Amino acid sequence: MMIRKQIDRLKKPFAKGSKFERFAPAVNAFDTFLFVPNHTTKKGAHIRDAVDLKRTMVTVIIALIPALIYGIYNTGYQYYIQTGEAFTFLDAFLHGSFKILPMIAVSYGVGLAIEFAFAVYRGHEVNEGYLVTGLLIPMIMPVDIPLWMVGLSVAFAVFIAKEAFGGTGMNILNPALTARAFAFFAYPTYMSGNKVWVSEASNVDGISGETILGSLASGVSVDYSMFEMFNGAIPGSIAETSTLWVLVGAAILIFTGVGSWRIMLGGVIGAAIMGYLFNLWGANTLMQFDWYSHLIVGGFAFGIVFMATDPVSAAQTVRGKWIYGILVGILCILIRVFNPAYPEGVMLAILLMNVFAPTIDHYVVQSNVNRRLKRKQHSTTVQTA
Amino acid sequence: MSIDIKIRKGLNLRLKGAAPNTLKTAPASTNCAINPTDFHGVFPKLVCKEGTSIQAGQPLFFSKYQDSIQFVSPVSGTVKEIKRGAKRKVLEIVVAADKKQQSVKHKLPALHKITPEQVKELLLASGNWPFIKQRPYDIVADPNATPKAIFVSALATAPLSAQFDVILEGQQDAFQTGIDMLSKLSPNLHLSVGAKESSQIAETKNCTIHRVKGPHPAGNVGVQIHHIDPINAGETVWVVGAEDVANIGRFFQTGVFDASRTLAVVGHPLSTPCYYKSKVGASLAPILKDVGAENLADLRVINGDVLTGTTTSSAGYVGYYNNTVSVLPEGDRYRMFGWLPFAGPKIHSISNTSLSWLFPKRQYTPDTNLNGEERALVVTGEMERVFPMDIYPMQLLKACMANDIEKMEQLGIYEVAPEDFALIDYANSSKIEAQAIIRDALDLMYKEVG
Repeated sequence: MMIRKQIDRLKKPFAKGSKFERFAPAVNAFDTFLFVPNHTTKKGAHIRDAVDLKRTMVTVIIALIPALIYGIYNTGYQYYIQTGEAFTFLDAFLHGSFKILPMIAVSYGVGLAIEFAFAVYRGHEVNEGYLVTGLLIPMIMPVDIPLWMVGLSVAFAVFIAKEAFGGTGMNILNPALTARAFAFFAYPTYMSGNKVWVSEASNVDGISGETILGSLASGVSVDYSMFEMFNGAIPGSIAETSTLWVLVGAAILIFTGVGSWRIMLGGVIGAAIMGYLFNLWGANTLMQFDWYSHLIVGGFAFGIVFMATDPVSAAQTVRGKWIYGILVGILCILIRVFNPAYPEGVMLAILLMNVFAPTIDHYVVQSNVNRRLKRKQHSTTVQTA
Repeated sequence: MSIDIKIRKGLNLRLKGAAPNTLKTAPASTNCAINPTDFHGVFPKLVCKEGTSIQAGQPLFFSKYQDSIQFVSPVSGTVKEIKRGAKRKVLEIVVAADKKQQSVKHKLPALHKITPEQVKELLLASGNWPFIKQRPYDIVADPNATPKAIFVSALATAPLSAQFDVILEGQQDAFQTGIDMLSKLSPNLHLSVGAKESSQIAETKNCTIHRVKGPHPAGNVGVQIHHIDPINAGETVWVVGAEDVANIGRFFQTGVFDASRTLAVVGHPLSTPCYYKSKVGASLAPILKDVGAENLADLRVINGDVLTGTTTSSAGYVGYYNNTVSVLPEGDRYRMFGWLPFAGPKIHSISNTSLSWLFPKRQYTPDTNLNGEERALVVTGEMERVFPMDIYPMQLLKACMANDIEKMEQLGIYEVAPEDFALIDYANSSKIEAQAIIRDALDLMYKEVG
């Protein structure tokens, strides 16, 4: 255990009572990445399950990787088919990496710096939640967004959506979606329209990449096949386009139990029902868009799998999760169809339901409380009778 | 009459180091100690001094705020030492046992004519009262309260815990007498046994028998109460350990205080885990030596099961309420990249982020490593999986952490004891200490509501 000894030596100045004690959380964050610490149980159960928050969060990252890799490839693919240049898989992948890896670096750099600062300030260990948030934020941005906007959105999300509420586990809104919503409302020209979804679209004249929902909102029908929409070879935010690879991630989340299948299934049911009802109505192109196609275009799949299932901002009770999931699905399609200014409804649907999740839980828990009160009244009447 | 209860949520932890069903008499111990901290919330008022000679059954101390509750010496001898901790808190009263044991003998009325008042008085005077605990609050019962029911669980589901068919073997007669006497204190006496229990315990009379089926914590009396006759605000129920029922029964047969304790000494570091016939307060050292735990340097000795017990040492004594003494290796070690999903399949997990689901039959050899660090509460739904009550455990814990008395009451704090949250301690990925949170909350409730 040479490495262990080295680390223990390096950590000496940060030990309790030493000079740099208050910076210990920052150092521990790196240490615990290498080693599960030697902490033993002090009170309560003497043995503990192998799972911890780090493992849980890393599982989410693993689930995100298929969609990320496809997103990187698709960024290059969209660029090259628009310019008409010949390209290989590697070319497309390299083009995408060149665009996206800096965004991830900025997101992690800015976000983790703030997280570390708050951990030192509050004197608690660094929570692993940002590892997921920091990867999610670039994955749901348009590819050409300037890096400083990514940084600013991250800072806004971590400060306002997370730390202002007390940090990990206390936030009302999903931080990653808050970052996107911030960018969306602060820099609308970089976040919507027909020139932002394909790499370099605004610099190269020939390119016009409109998202499917964008075209539908402006009354133009789409000529993508179901397979293209499902596979994800379509313009859109970086990693949201491929329903196929999002489903692979969903399978990982559901199998490991890290993501709530109730929320995912609830969302699909809600969106399908709403989409079907609009199909019956059929007043415009968006209403006529097949209900099953709604499920595979835009950010719906990505949002319902990776964003709506954030356990902190979602409903926390079993029944609440069903209600929450179904409402996210319904609202998403409602916003898509009724509000052409926001062709993608899933972001706003989830943020809105984040706000209402505590209310849903309140009523679910309250029914348990009422049951208990009723039982008490019943037993007192029996006693007095 | 027999009623069935089926528990679905929970977890049976399969650990190595269970005791085979053979019963040995524990090697004699020269010292015996009563540890007042075993009686949560009792403030001890000593009636002995170092050097006092004492008979078995003679009081060592009583409860300052309920002076009718006496705590008696399990052996006769001389008070050797009164160990005190911070603020002179009494930690241990050690009695050096005499070679020839002498016991206080109480005069008993004819048992078929005994009145509830006489039963209560005798239990208090003889030092048997602390065997009776009360819910809510999980403390020694208040003799002035009228319980709506008394519950006895003769089912142990905690990992490696002593099984009651071994403990109560040959004690059926005393057990029945104990049940008869306790049924004088409340007509609603419930006895829970395992679903497959064929021993004579399931034929006990004068009580309602419940057959309980399912994984741990099905054996927890709190879970059984919740499914049989849940506690409402303002109500009290009493609970008595199954072996203590037999102890009470023997007292009413002989007039002599009996603090027998059948112990399962268990854990995978031991070469020969075994059941011992011992006594409350007996010194652990000779037992541990007999069981093959020679080098205790890196081991933790626990009074109780691995989920709810209290840490002691080889210099410790058998606790007042536990039938199990567990030994675990200390987990004071680092694991490189141990947090990676699916790393370390030898460490059990109920989460599918580990590979332990692939080996449902494996017997695990856990140590005391926390397997992570404490974090904010993030993951939802994992507590509910191991909590078979109609209570929202995470919401209740949050109310407890916020000291929100009204909310705790609404969410069912009166129905729970710390032990019911032991599996939540075990399973939650944020590594919060749920049992400690519930204990503090119950103390707060007791202070504020009483």
